[in-house]
Amino acid sequence: MSGTFVGMPAFPEAAHEAVGNKTLRGNLRHATHTIRAKRAKAVAEVSDWAELREAGKRIKDHTLRHLDRYLVQLEESVVASGGTVHWAADADEANAIVTHLVKMTGESEVVKVKSMATQEIGLNEALEAEGIRAYETDLAELIVQLGKDRPSHILVPAIHRNRGEIRDIFEREMSEWGRPAPEGLTDTPAELAEAARLHLREKFLRAKVGISGANFMVADTGTLVVVESEGNGRMCLTLPETLISVVGIEKIVPSWQDLEVFLQTLPRSSTAERMNPYTSTWTGTTDEDGPQNFHLVLLDNGRSDTLADEVGRQALRCIRCSACLNVCPVYERAGGHAYGSVYPGPIGAILSPQLRGTASEIDASLPYASSLCGACYEVCPVAIDIPEVLVHLRERIVEGGPVVREGNRVVLKPAKGHAAERAAMRAARWAFTHPGVLRTGQRAASRTRRIHPRALPGPGKAWSGTRDLPAVPAEPFRDWWQRTGGGKEGTK
Amino acid sequence: MSSRERILGRVRRALADTQGEDTPIERTYLREHGDRSVEETVELLAENLADYRAIVHRCASADLAATLAGMLAARGAKTVLVPPGLEPAWLADADTEQIPDRAESTPHELDRIDSVVTACAVAVAETGTIVLDGGPDQGRRRITLVPDHHICVVRVPDQVVSSVPQALERLDPVRPLTWISGPSATSDIELDRVEGVHGPRTLEVVLVDSQASEDVNS
Repeated sequence: MSGTFVGMPAFPEAAHEAVGNKTLRGNLRHATHTIRAKRAKAVAEVSDWAELREAGKRIKDHTLRHLDRYLVQLEESVVASGGTVHWAADADEANAIVTHLVKMTGESEVVKVKSMATQEIGLNEALEAEGIRAYETDLAELIVQLGKDRPSHILVPAIHRNRGEIRDIFEREMSEWGRPAPEGLTDTPAELAEAARLHLREKFLRAKVGISGANFMVADTGTLVVVESEGNGRMCLTLPETLISVVGIEKIVPSWQDLEVFLQTLPRSSTAERMNPYTSTWTGTTDEDGPQNFHLVLLDNGRSDTLADEVGRQALRCIRCSACLNVCPVYERAGGHAYGSVYPGPIGAILSPQLRGTASEIDASLPYASSLCGACYEVCPVAIDIPEVLVHLRERIVEGGPVVREGNRVVLKPAKGHAAERAAMRAARWAFTHPGVLRTGQRAASRTRRIHPRALPGPGKAWSGTRDLPAVPAEPFRDWWQRTGGGKEGTK
Repeated sequence: MSSRERILGRVRRALADTQGEDTPIERTYLREHGDRSVEETVELLAENLADYRAIVHRCASADLAATLAGMLAARGAKTVLVPPGLEPAWLADADTEQIPDRAESTPHELDRIDSVVTACAVAVAETGTIVLDGGPDQGRRRITLVPDHHICVVRVPDQVVSSVPQALERLDPVRPLTWISGPSATSDIELDRVEGVHGPRTLEVVLVDSQASEDVNS
């Protein structure tokens, strides 16, 4: 990836701040709980969900195991159907390719379908630096773009904003980017959506260049697939003369038939619908229908490094449905921004440190952004064992070990920041094996509990910085047990 | 070294540990969910379309022209886009001005047209989906996207399948495909569903009974 969000604090610090924001927590709780309940219902409708999940997992694993072969096959199919294929090893290269392609058209603005890959590489900023304006056309992405904000959810990027905030952003910012918000705009979702429709339609109808990602690429036919709801995807894929799609190399499925699995599991897992309102597929270019120039940019940017990790590579099965975000107790409280990456939530906690490496503080902290409750694994439609990868990455960070970075094998040193935690755990082990010490310590703690700080001083600060210290009970458990005979004589 | 060679080289080295291993793909999932008669499958399509807020009409083949004329009149449509291969009899009763689908029509011109009438390639009952493949009776992808009102005619039961796997078997991946399940919708604002941000805000589907017409003709 192009790097962490600039100035982003490590997860514990960012999460600590987010947890204190009541509006954010309210918005998030409402949203994640709503989608969660709907999803469970949508999945229950399909009696063979377990089999679909297993097939999806196996198709992806099979593809990853022969990724070189399928990449070459995909390239041949896309070229045979009239497209052009470009290969980008990292974000800078992908941005340079796209910028060059846009400049060749002579245009200075492009319309964009929401795409995780282009967010990952910071494409909008790279285009801006070259004098090209990229308009995000998904409603939530528009809200984020106008609000000079960051997306906080894979599927609903403006999940952290409520209707009042959105109204204010539209009223304040729309005129800067094109058609202003209508007079007297209220905060009803229908009116807000109408304002976005008018604002964006202007751009769609004149656009000459569209930029997209893709949900799937079919190796044997060269077909690309975009799954969406609003129709902004169809607009960008249909109306411009030139279409540029930036897609991660892991998004391949071998055959047309494989789509039958993912077109069943993706909508139900993401928006909790039987089917999303619009799915578009295209194979190269078609005479007099849709873009006449099609470019596919195949993006590595840390994916081949991730593929080299035997435990971690399963993260590349991800189809970006975001079901894991909506069930995660940590995401629900911390919000998406705390993860410091375009990939938040449990999948982000394993994907970002693998794509970017763990050199930065935020990336080294991400594998700890989890309670390991396993809910993410339960809902994952391609059965990524996220807790397994989290534990694997934690071990790597604490103990160090061999990894692949930009194609080269390097050996990571153990992380320094974890020395205090290791020492504390050793002390705890010693106390638990010496009952006298433990008893004395607990009695002392009970007597002084009124003056206990909420955070620890000294080396313990790092530990308590991310945890609120538990209140110490008025009486140690052992004393209570002795006094009451295990509760037989009442607790008071 | 080109980036192509660099990426393929990295991928091959990354997979060095997997020599000879593979994960066979077993397709133990169902080809369709439930055991339905043909009539029940059509009924399910109607239900699921309506559940996604498409407006569903049913009629016999002989009544299709009158049905479509009535729908356009009710909408107050002054102009209707017509794909080149649409059965001319379908719009024989309509008073609405017919605009042919032309390659050179600009998006702005399409934006001024009230309605569009198309056929479809296949419809999926379990998901309430209609699929267009750009065939002559469906026209270019843009014509069902820009106007605010789309009427889609589905011949039942011939064009109806139960499930997504059955639909994919019938479709040609070389053609550009558009799968439509209900009108354009967004849930981006506090997860309140709003119909229509960019695509047509009204989707009407006519299930026309093609078997009934054959019976009449024979």
